[in-house]
Amino acid sequence: MALTGVQIYKFLPKTNCKECGFPTCLSFAMKLAQRATELGACPYVSDEAKSNLEAASRPPVRLVTVGVGEKKIEVGNEVVLFRHEKTFVHPAGLVLRVKDSDADAVAKAKEAAAYSVERVGINMYLDGIAIENDSKDAAKFAKLAADVKAATDVALILMSSDTAAMKAALEKVGEDKPLIYAATADNADAMIELAKKYSCPLAVYGNGLQEVADLTEQAAKAGVEDLVIDPATRGYADSLDALTQIRRLAIKKSFVALGYPVITFPGEGAESIDDEAMLAGMHIAKYASIIVLDNFSPAVAYPLLTARLNIYTDPQKPIQMAAGVYPLGDPKADSVLCVTTNFSLTYFSIAGELENSGYPSHLLVCDTEGLSVLTAWAAGKFDAEKIAKAVKEFKLPDTLSHKKIILPGGVAVLKGDLEDELPDWEILVGPREAMAIGSYLKQNWS
Amino acid sequence: MPSVEIPLEKWTGQVHQVTLGAGGRKTVTVGGENTLPYLHFDGTIPNKTAVAIEIQDIAPADWSPTLLKAWGDVVNDPATWAKKAVEYGAEAILLNLKSAHPDEGNTGIAEAKAVTDKILSAVDVPLIVIGTGVADKDNEILPAVSEAARGQRIAIGNCEEKNYRTVVAVCIADGHIAIPSSPVDLNLAKQLNILLTDAGLPIDAILMDPTTGALGYGLEYTYSVMERLRMAGLGGDKLTAMPIINNVGEDAWKQKEAKVAQGLPESWGDMETRGIIWEEQTAISLMQAGSNLVVLRHPQSVAKVGAAITKLMG
Repeated sequence: MALTGVQIYKFLPKTNCKECGFPTCLSFAMKLAQRATELGACPYVSDEAKSNLEAASRPPVRLVTVGVGEKKIEVGNEVVLFRHEKTFVHPAGLVLRVKDSDADAVAKAKEAAAYSVERVGINMYLDGIAIENDSKDAAKFAKLAADVKAATDVALILMSSDTAAMKAALEKVGEDKPLIYAATADNADAMIELAKKYSCPLAVYGNGLQEVADLTEQAAKAGVEDLVIDPATRGYADSLDALTQIRRLAIKKSFVALGYPVITFPGEGAESIDDEAMLAGMHIAKYASIIVLDNFSPAVAYPLLTARLNIYTDPQKPIQMAAGVYPLGDPKADSVLCVTTNFSLTYFSIAGELENSGYPSHLLVCDTEGLSVLTAWAAGKFDAEKIAKAVKEFKLPDTLSHKKIILPGGVAVLKGDLEDELPDWEILVGPREAMAIGSYLKQNWS
Repeated sequence: MPSVEIPLEKWTGQVHQVTLGAGGRKTVTVGGENTLPYLHFDGTIPNKTAVAIEIQDIAPADWSPTLLKAWGDVVNDPATWAKKAVEYGAEAILLNLKSAHPDEGNTGIAEAKAVTDKILSAVDVPLIVIGTGVADKDNEILPAVSEAARGQRIAIGNCEEKNYRTVVAVCIADGHIAIPSSPVDLNLAKQLNILLTDAGLPIDAILMDPTTGALGYGLEYTYSVMERLRMAGLGGDKLTAMPIINNVGEDAWKQKEAKVAQGLPESWGDMETRGIIWEEQTAISLMQAGSNLVVLRHPQSVAKVGAAITKLMG
């Protein structure tokens, strides 16, 4: 069970040496209790204290890094089963698999690794390439690994059950800290040795959770703890069961042997691209940390990256839109002007309705620190002064040929104040619900 | 070696079981589970998530070209459209009374009744009828719809604070199910359920609609509100334990990702594929949060989501 900060403090040296980066041992203990730092940051902790604290200070799902540099994949460190309880922490890595039997493998890897798409100001991209030793030829495998490394800048996963092939590939790309996939009951000793030698993270593959746990235990004993686990489930029902059980054991039971990020392969056994994408979508919501896809196309990658963005958004920190004027449907100087707050959901609701209304519009977004209309108004972050300031800041009097602005119906009360702030403007009060904007414009905008 | 013992989650409550369809129609039963979605090892899941297809009483003017291409001419006749939807695997038909909206033709009681009759005789699967969302208008037309379908246990929406009395009254009188809609909020959803049951509606005559935010457009809010509603219901709160209906198609297909062909970044990819995947992803995500009935628009998503549901049932 997790310890409190005070319980942890008892085991620390209590010297307040600050070398851990925190001002006192107590503040370090508090951070440990929140799993916001690692015990290893304290240079003076005794071995006895270490063994006592290790289980408690260890995050329930270990943080594992695959790759190096800017585009490394960091997964794990999850602390909840449901995103509303706190948040999901490290977005699942989305990876494309290429095979060394495929003449187009490098081109496919390059295309996927170069892909990126922007959404709400966030640049989203695929996180890695998995290279599979489908040819069973060690030299071919090593060559493809080297070629993909040269052609891309993303994290790599090396997939082979043959330890000689794995060694050959690691000689070429081991310095990039690829994920070694996978240690199985048959080859565990040799794979663990390779992971140690090249200081690479290691995936373990086991049939059933017990076999997985036995393998992680074996690897951890040998000193390889950066592990990723594959419970060998490939369908909807079996993988949902296994992934839920793994996350539940790790978080609720502090079951160390399964406290690792999970890798899934939704394309194996999928009947279609849609099927693979849906299974991947389910894995994003329910507990996969690395998802290896067998097909890449922008029309599928974009929705999947969006799903990941949605699920991993911190529920306590709503995504905010940048303040500004957003054009919807190619507006002109005489087009509709509406004002709203910068809470992303508010923005999307209104932007969607305006786009569908048939009225090209300008949507003025005020910075309300991510609060919705009524909440922002109640908190004093969405008032007449703020709206008037935004109108001037974004030079609307210069860019528009009219002086009419539509307020959200929920804050009709601001009309009088806004008339004082913008004396030569006509202040219109729109509907309370975004849904009614279309009909409102039909009746009120000329 | 550490031995793996799976911790089971035992809940005290369960989702109410609701059956659509009666009086000689086919029936569809949803809800009844005493576990989180599809966790068969924790409990029992007597009914799968049902898939309905949305049709409209007039040919849609604002639908994505991808949808119009998939349906072709049938959109011009609601009865033909409904039959085609059943062929494509719809377990229920959601009839959207679009033409009754004051902005879309403002048709009245006679038209609403006539189209309801037409669909009821064209297909034998359960029917869901959704009004305009304009409370006064719905109070006018929904009673006529209810009467036309008396004894056939259809589901009727939208039922909101402003018009729930009317909807509840006709549902009780004619033996139907009400669909209360709340704006992505656990407490408001529960409050509306309380109003409905206090007004005399049986607890097994409610399908709640927490408002569906599509992928990229508030999905995460809907997802977490649904997950919290479901956990509250399983925890024993009977007034949050109603089965959940998600109108996935409507919200997914109105987004520009599903609708717009021109002037988009290349990184968005092929429009048809993207739109369908957008709908499918919205559905699969919300199914993980507790959806008991998903309403879809594209025949391909209906097939693929249906296949995924079958697999999830093990």
